[in-house]
Amino acid sequence: MSGPREPTGPELERMSRGALVDLGHELDSVRIVAQEPPRRPGDVRGERRARRRVTLLLVLSLLCAAAFAWAYLFWPTGYVPPGAPGHTANLLYTPLLGVTFFGAVGALGAAMILYVRSFYPDEVAVQHLEKGPSAERDRFTAGATLAEAGEHTGFGRRTMIRRLGLTGLGAVGILGGLVAIGGLVRNPWRQRGDAPLWTTGWKPVGDEPVFLRIATGDPKDITKVRPEDLEPDGMITVVPFRESERDDPEKVHDAEMAPDNPVMLVRLPPGTPVANPPGREDLHHGDYYAFSKICTHLGCPASLYDSQQQIFLCPCHQSEFKITEGARPIFGPAARRLPQLPITVDADGFLVARGDFPDPVGPSFWEIRRGQH
Amino acid sequence: MGLVARSLARGTANAFDRRFKAAGAVRRQASHVFPKHHSFFWGEFALYSFAVLVLSGVYLALFFVPDTTEVVYRGPFEPAQGLYMSRAYESVLALSFEVRAGLFVRQLHHWAALVFVAAMILHMARNYFTGAFRRPRELTWLGGVALLALGIFEGYLGYSMLDDLLSGLGVRIFSGLLLSVPLVGTWLHWLVFGGEFFGDIWISRFFVAHVFLVPGLLIALIGMHVGLVWFQKHTQFPGPGAREDTVVGERAMPGFASNTVANGVCVLAVLGLMAGIFQINPVFLWGPYVPSQVSTYIQPDFYAGFLIGGLRLWPRWEIHLGAYTVPAPFWVGLVLPLVMFALLAAYPFLERFSTGDRAAHQVLQRPRDNPTRTGIGAMGLVFWGILFLSGATDVLAASFDVPFELLVWAGRIGLLVLPPLAYVVVRRICVGLQRADRDVLERGVRTGVLQARPDGVYVEVRRPPGGADRQGRPIPLEYGGARVDHRPATSPEPVGEEPR
Ligand code: HEM
Ligand code: FES
Repeated sequence: MSGPREPTGPELERMSRGALVDLGHELDSVRIVAQEPPRRPGDVRGERRARRRVTLLLVLSLLCAAAFAWAYLFWPTGYVPPGAPGHTANLLYTPLLGVTFFGAVGALGAAMILYVRSFYPDEVAVQHLEKGPSAERDRFTAGATLAEAGEHTGFGRRTMIRRLGLTGLGAVGILGGLVAIGGLVRNPWRQRGDAPLWTTGWKPVGDEPVFLRIATGDPKDITKVRPEDLEPDGMITVVPFRESERDDPEKVHDAEMAPDNPVMLVRLPPGTPVANPPGREDLHHGDYYAFSKICTHLGCPASLYDSQQQIFLCPCHQSEFKITEGARPIFGPAARRLPQLPITVDADGFLVARGDFPDPVGPSFWEIRRGQH
Repeated sequence: MGLVARSLARGTANAFDRRFKAAGAVRRQASHVFPKHHSFFWGEFALYSFAVLVLSGVYLALFFVPDTTEVVYRGPFEPAQGLYMSRAYESVLALSFEVRAGLFVRQLHHWAALVFVAAMILHMARNYFTGAFRRPRELTWLGGVALLALGIFEGYLGYSMLDDLLSGLGVRIFSGLLLSVPLVGTWLHWLVFGGEFFGDIWISRFFVAHVFLVPGLLIALIGMHVGLVWFQKHTQFPGPGAREDTVVGERAMPGFASNTVANGVCVLAVLGLMAGIFQINPVFLWGPYVPSQVSTYIQPDFYAGFLIGGLRLWPRWEIHLGAYTVPAPFWVGLVLPLVMFALLAAYPFLERFSTGDRAAHQVLQRPRDNPTRTGIGAMGLVFWGILFLSGATDVLAASFDVPFELLVWAGRIGLLVLPPLAYVVVRRICVGLQRADRDVLERGVRTGVLQARPDGVYVEVRRPPGGADRQGRPIPLEYGGARVDHRPATSPEPVGEEPR
């Protein structure tokens, strides 16, 4: 590349600033093709007006910053319930911060923009674009240098060592990957027939009955369900309960929080025509039907109950399950029926589960049909 | 500058240069020319909102407790008194009610996340429709596609780990999608969640990914992306002096630098205003996650809408292979987004392959000047838009009082019919706009004034931008790719010439 002749030190000392800038631009292939002052020379009023505006904005910014600091430090915070004194003031805290913040930062930004507009010269610069590829000289010399470096390593000749070395490198990489992933791997099927994907909290342990308890969110509030508790067309959400856990709120709570436990218990009006599919003829108890609440699409609670049409609707992607046809999916993306919990009534008149769901609960997966009965 | 300050500055600069020999580079970068156009702002917008995300996020991380352990709430927020919740959710309540300006910073973070993704989408559309992705900028485009995907994933992670009733459903859906992967789905799920949904480790894993892994990747990719833009120089629209081997604009110092800093300050201001006055993700109203509970009108953050829409539209095609099952949501929940991003990434190469255009481009195209590309882009946008709207079928059904089943069918059919239609329509519009430009350049601007010809026929007076020859016939100008003024009053600027 032939640049301009390199000026000497004393020459540079003597050059004006403009000449130096021009020289720099020449070196960087930049040309200023237009440069206009922001306003007519001698437009004193315009200059003064612009200065005043920028100053005003900056003062506004400072005032807002002070207001922000004041609100931040002294405005009452915390939570004040509706109706209590100070509720409105409390609600205003965050908006106040937002507005004063906007004032402080926004006015600063506006001042900056206005300043640039009013005082910077308006310029059009053109720069010559140096596109690839590099100059031949550089490409040839770079290629030669790398080739020589490769030659010096001798990898090309010593094939055995090269292969071993690469294999070793690969092995170290695989080792790294192994350590990174290995600790995270867990076997979903470790418990085989009792694997978590096949079982739920309804699975009986020994002979202890599993009651249907209303999901209340409060582990001290234990309401076991009797058939009379539900009107025809009624629906409640129930979770498994065992008497041995009555005094252990943690266990009661866990049974309520376990994602595959929630069940919707419906009471159909007497005489409702029902078409139970094969295998589900005797899971219900009279007009009482218990279905898993966990959508077979992707696991949301399919909990919107339409008693008119006898449908469960899942709010996530709107799968509909027809209750009177064994919770068959009739619309939307879910492909499987909601699993049905076998129920009956014990000697004291409480509803109990007669075992775990016969079908796996929740979204489908690769191995799911191995667990369907 | 005072004398002291000046000599201090000179001394520092000299000391710096003696050590790093940087004077040449500093001069070169200070006079780096950057083109100007308002549409170039979206990338900056994304960059500044990301900066806000990092700053506000680090602050939030000082308070957020990534822990699934359940506690009973005893804090100042009365409606939640006595409720069971994870420590994560409890710490978000504390951030919202007990930390000074905590709610402000939370809302700042959330708005910045939404704006970040929205700005990326607009930025990508700008780059697409003007052909900025063409050689030599393929790598910049690929980095951008990765940033969009990662940005959406990052937002999802942050949204999820608060463990409220709404985000819990999102985690549940993610868990279901992991399970749906053929062959390895259950193993994958156990790998991520450490067991069956939801387990006790997921929040801390989401947290590590949200504040450490993904932001690290984002920062690295953003550095690469912006570095490429700077050192390959920015593209420019056609206009005076803009050629394939020039850059027309303003120098980095002082014009470009001052403007971009001012823009950044304004972005921060707007985000702060939104954080203050528009409530976003009030998790204290949703309540903690409980597997048996749900709210209606499940709406995720907007950038996840197209995924939800896809899940709602896709039919229940479960495939059985012997004893094994490929669940239906696999195709639309995982394969579809992967295909969409793969197509986005591959577009520059597909276009090059089909047009044979292998040249390097410094000058952008107006969307109308490449009708095929613009049509394909419209097709993609319509496809995305229908998925997005379908993500809100429940809200739409309720607001317009139509059965949502109808909307689902409309979405399914629309997804097949409307994108090709958009392609055809937009292509035609582009061709029409091109004709209109040519018409002005060759026959003149329409003035709206009628004049009688000697034969009595009235014709509209045209003002040819290139002037007229001696017989009064317009001298046609050639289209140079720049905007053509269709208004009669202004005198046209010469196109495609260098001033001076
Ligand atoms: C280094 C960068 C980041 C850090 C350290 C960080 C940190 C955090 C923390 C601690 C939270 C939970 C606390 C809370 O929101 O109350 C959070 C939430 C969130 N994050 Fe980030 N974040 C970062 C970047 C991002 C990015 C790039 C995005 C989006 C593209 C994002 C989107 C979100 C969202 C949507 C939430 C939920 C916010 C809410 O509703 O409160 N974050 N982040
Ligand atoms: S989770 Fe129920 S429809 Fe998707």
